[in-house]
Amino acid sequence: MSGVDIARPRSLRSTRLRAAGRSATLLIGLAILGFWIVCALFGNRITPMDPYADDLLATLDPPSFVHWFGTDQLGRDIFSRVIIGARDILTVAPLATLLGTVLGTALGLVVGYYRGTVDDIASRVIEAVQALPLVIVALVALAAVGTSNLTVVIVIGFVFTPLIARTVRSAVQIESSLDYVAAAHLRGERTLSIMFVEILPNVLPLVLVEATVRFGYAIFFVASLSFIGFGIQPPSADWGIAISENYSLIGSYWWTVVFDALATTSLVIGVNLVADGIQSSLQA
Amino acid sequence: MSASGDVPIADALAIENLDVVYRVRGRDRTVLKRLNLRIGRGQSYGLVGESGSGKSTAALTAVRYLPRNGRVTGGRILVDGRDLMKLSQAKLRLLRTQSVSMVYQDPGRALNPSLRIGRQMSEVFEAALGLAHADALLRAADMLAKVQIPNPARVMANFPHELSGGMQQRVVIAMALSTNPTLLILDEPTTGLDATVEAEVLDLIARLRVDLSASILFISHSLPVIARMCDRIGVLYAGELVEEGPASMVLKDPRHPYTAALLRCAPRQGRRKQDGRLTTIPGFPPSPGAMVDCCIFADRCVLAAALCRQRTPPPVDLYGRSSRCHYTELVADIPHSEANVQPAATGPTRLDRPVLRARQLSKTYQVGGKNLRAVHDVTLDLWPGETLGLVGESGSGKSSIAKLLLGLVSPDAGSSIELDGVALPARALQRSQAQLKALQIVFQNPGSALNPSHSVRRLIGRGLARAGLRATEREEALQALARAVRLSSQHLEEKPRALSGGLKQRVAIARAFAGGPKVVVCDEPTSALDVSVQAAILNLLVDLQAEQHVSYIFISHDLRVVYYLSDRIAVLYLGRLMEIGSAAGVFSGPNHPYTEALLSAHSSAGDGARPRIRLEGEIPSAADLPAGCVFQTRCPRKIGLICEQEEPELMEVEEGHSIRCHIPFEELRSLQLKDSAGRNVPDPNTAANLRLEEPPLGLS
Amino acid sequence: MILRFLAKRLALSLITLWILSLIVFLGGQLLPGDVGRAVLGPLADARAVAHFNHEMGVDRPLIVQYGSWITHSLQGDFGLSYTYRTPVAPFIADALVNSLKLAAMAFILVVPLGLLGGVWAALRVGTWTDRAIALLGQSLGVVPEFISSIVLILIFGVWLRWLPMSADWPDDSGPITQIYYLLLPSLPLVLIFFGYIARIARAGTIEALDADYTRTAVLKGLPWSIVLRRHVLRNALLPAITVIASLIGYLAGGLVIIETMFHYRGIGSLIYTAAKAKDFPMLEAAVLAVGAIYAIASLGADLLNALLNPRLRTGEAA
Repeated sequence: MSGVDIARPRSLRSTRLRAAGRSATLLIGLAILGFWIVCALFGNRITPMDPYADDLLATLDPPSFVHWFGTDQLGRDIFSRVIIGARDILTVAPLATLLGTVLGTALGLVVGYYRGTVDDIASRVIEAVQALPLVIVALVALAAVGTSNLTVVIVIGFVFTPLIARTVRSAVQIESSLDYVAAAHLRGERTLSIMFVEILPNVLPLVLVEATVRFGYAIFFVASLSFIGFGIQPPSADWGIAISENYSLIGSYWWTVVFDALATTSLVIGVNLVADGIQSSLQA
Repeated sequence: MSASGDVPIADALAIENLDVVYRVRGRDRTVLKRLNLRIGRGQSYGLVGESGSGKSTAALTAVRYLPRNGRVTGGRILVDGRDLMKLSQAKLRLLRTQSVSMVYQDPGRALNPSLRIGRQMSEVFEAALGLAHADALLRAADMLAKVQIPNPARVMANFPHELSGGMQQRVVIAMALSTNPTLLILDEPTTGLDATVEAEVLDLIARLRVDLSASILFISHSLPVIARMCDRIGVLYAGELVEEGPASMVLKDPRHPYTAALLRCAPRQGRRKQDGRLTTIPGFPPSPGAMVDCCIFADRCVLAAALCRQRTPPPVDLYGRSSRCHYTELVADIPHSEANVQPAATGPTRLDRPVLRARQLSKTYQVGGKNLRAVHDVTLDLWPGETLGLVGESGSGKSSIAKLLLGLVSPDAGSSIELDGVALPARALQRSQAQLKALQIVFQNPGSALNPSHSVRRLIGRGLARAGLRATEREEALQALARAVRLSSQHLEEKPRALSGGLKQRVAIARAFAGGPKVVVCDEPTSALDVSVQAAILNLLVDLQAEQHVSYIFISHDLRVVYYLSDRIAVLYLGRLMEIGSAAGVFSGPNHPYTEALLSAHSSAGDGARPRIRLEGEIPSAADLPAGCVFQTRCPRKIGLICEQEEPELMEVEEGHSIRCHIPFEELRSLQLKDSAGRNVPDPNTAANLRLEEPPLGLS
Repeated sequence: MILRFLAKRLALSLITLWILSLIVFLGGQLLPGDVGRAVLGPLADARAVAHFNHEMGVDRPLIVQYGSWITHSLQGDFGLSYTYRTPVAPFIADALVNSLKLAAMAFILVVPLGLLGGVWAALRVGTWTDRAIALLGQSLGVVPEFISSIVLILIFGVWLRWLPMSADWPDDSGPITQIYYLLLPSLPLVLIFFGYIARIARAGTIEALDADYTRTAVLKGLPWSIVLRRHVLRNALLPAITVIASLIGYLAGGLVIIETMFHYRGIGSLIYTAAKAKDFPMLEAAVLAVGAIYAIASLGADLLNALLNPRLRTGEAA
């Protein structure tokens, strides 16, 4: 049996299926992301109860009609906290992504364009940073400078910079070897103009894909860091904090953890569906 | 030759009313429409067509290996009398082991990069024919010897990347012939190979055909190659077979306007720009899948009449050949457009001084600790209005010279370039705006030469803006430039990706001419284009030269194109200038043995009548040059030790004609005269002769 | 040829490690400013802070500190822990051994699974099966480890009670018991890496299936099993080696969270506690160890690649 022959009878169906799937992933992803953005922006108007109000008479209540998702150790309404919990992560993660994308793109352009010594040095540094898992780099940096939303943004942004720069760099290298760049040289264009007017527009689609993928990772890391106490800090209703405060209780009070976990999961998957959708629509 | 069930020996391949579609973005695009062809036993059938004509799809369909999105929607394919589409997987595999083999373009990718050649060869005998490993290895070595691989044992121990392109293609051919197939499909087997290597591979295929009695389906974009290799020809246009018949008849006396135009638009041997313009085919082929209820060629046809736009012409039977044209009888009388137009070309002027002088141009790269001499001591003059052709095989340094002249790479110390008598800075970055404007380039691949993010208007306009024009003047200049390269104002707003290859190249030419250049380097400007598009671009270059008296450095591997365009020609080998002189002088000889070999390789792909000398061995690496004359390892006229010890000087042998060879000029003359006289007896290897030996199957 | 390639590769790894040591040193010694204050807290007596700083040598010039740190580190002496006031090296060694056990467990499970899933999807490219595997792998790959850990603990530890919820096995446990205790902690890693490996295997297989050499093999009339084994998979799975090696780097990041959650004394939980306590010598040494492991892994991957890829083995050292 040959692989091609196996695939052939299904080709008709499968191509259509894939085309549909592509747009479907993007739409579902956008819907999920959109939902959480709305929660982050208008959470205080949506929540049925005050997410920060203790109620010591109703601690650790299971889900009910009053408390849809139950209450936590202090009797706070988990449903309200889950909704409002989107706020910090959806502030920190996008800002970190933006910082990393801007710095990384600029660095990648310069390094990819100049090659030579600049490139060699930058590549070594990039590789050195890459040798460490992001969580560990972030841990070291945050242990040193102290944790706040701002430092988390800066640390993740800086950690992303070399990673994005590496992707942009290789794309820029391919572009600069193309004849249109030589043609620009022969027209007497300035270096900056070649970098930003000639090359940048052709790597922008890639930067967009890279940025959405990184956004997914940013959420992953912010959540993880918050969980281990190096990210968003209490009293925020952040999901990672909630999970870390309650996960020793999952044996008896599963609701204190499960809904926050579901929220985090839906957000990372949503962002990744968007990234995937953008990537395949740009490739098509 | 009518093959149906009751004839004992079936045709090697019979394709009947074949329709093939590709599904692209949810829609079916027809790639082949009602294709009919028949290849008798021992026959060699050439399928010729431009890119997008569906010729490769035809080949893949004939072995039932369409891409995932392709499928057969109608018709039958009979290989050896068996209906291909109805075979079970097991039977299909059996058919592939016994009856049909395929060789295609780019042998480097056709071989598994991680297996030794021996393994890849022997598995055919083991898995397909059930031989034991030891026997299979013996048979593999035999087969490699048959395709004239000098040292089969060594090659079998090699990995594909250790072999040259020509060697790889021999291995693929050997593999295809291992099972002694009834039908051998060759899909552009020599495209991408150097001319001398191509000639060798074609010779080999011709010889093997006699030995092995396989029928051949030969697919190519090149009419000369098809003409050399095939008994019968089919001309494919936009998925339809517009004309087919015996090779000699179709080529000498085409009965379809497309075939006629295709034959005329490539510069014929010995034709010069002074002789007149080339025939072009106006317009573009229909996009695949555009179903039309009329003649598919009508939009581009000089004969097109009302009838052509109303009814699809059926294949008209013309005694053993056929043509899908309503007016087959008029085709022979289509006027040669070139005869009506005044030759545009003017000659160079040698008044004052050359517009461009390069002295001792050298470029050495450091690769893996070794010196790679891409260009060595090349001295060139270019006169105003002149075209200097640069020819040579890959690795000869043609493109490196272009880059050096333009300042895209910096030359070794001691090199100098002068423009109008003024020394040019080595790098483009250091050159003044005026110097940059004066020296421009048209790249080989218009796809990568145009920034995909910018509109055509911007691509051309940017050059004008840099030339220091104000907005209104600029718009006028832009329009004038667009007119000059025959771009419509509608094209100006497009992005390059919306344009065809030919249009893109026009944009690139317009960009090069935006600053009023004195010298334009044309680096294989038509080699990525179809033949019908190439003619229009060449005409355009000639016209622009006549109007603006610009000088060209024209780089090409196609000797006929170079000869058509050039006033003088420089022949390069391994970065060295081997010969330079007037186009006529270099072509008619006496010439350098390397030039002689190039010319002979080229003509062998055509009429097969010229004397032939064959190059042995492979091009040495530029990082590891042979001692003495760099050509001595392959030179068919090597005279002895002196060639191995001493590098000959480039010496002027007659006025304006220099050759780098130890053999004295007069001796070269007599050697080459003698050979051409001696070889007038038909070479047993040429296709012309093969054709005589075999019964004209297609006619019976 | 191959020796020169390896020598070059080794030199590059060493440079990378050196730069890494600089970064780590700067992170650990420069950023915190007053180390004694950071460690002892804002309420500590100024004399105690000065004494601490002097004892730990952090009141010397930076260059001197780096010089002494790096020369000692090269001899296996990573200094004294701020927390325990004892040498750091033994902690690191114990933790590494434990983490390697956990990592090995995860890799033994995930590598075959990922490769199989990827190849299987590629052979059914464009179908629902393919789409499902791709989507599953991709989604699992982006869910943070702490979430998948919780879900797994809930399922296997709380509800089904099949596996222990802590990796802290009894002191005199044999290998089998240890594996039993490591099963649950390794699963989150398996989930997160499955997608990566499957994706690479799938892409490589599709590329190989579409390659001209596969066409050659099919048209030779070889049986499909030979085409698949000898021609498709051999070329398809080569790129997976590099990816698997690079996962070893990511792995350590996951370990920080997983080891903390499962009370496992590996390098990850060591880094976590050191970071919490601002025990910078410990942190630096542990991080450098992780970097070294990564460098060794990618060196090993390059070596393996060079051995399996004839182009690197015999050809031009690119």
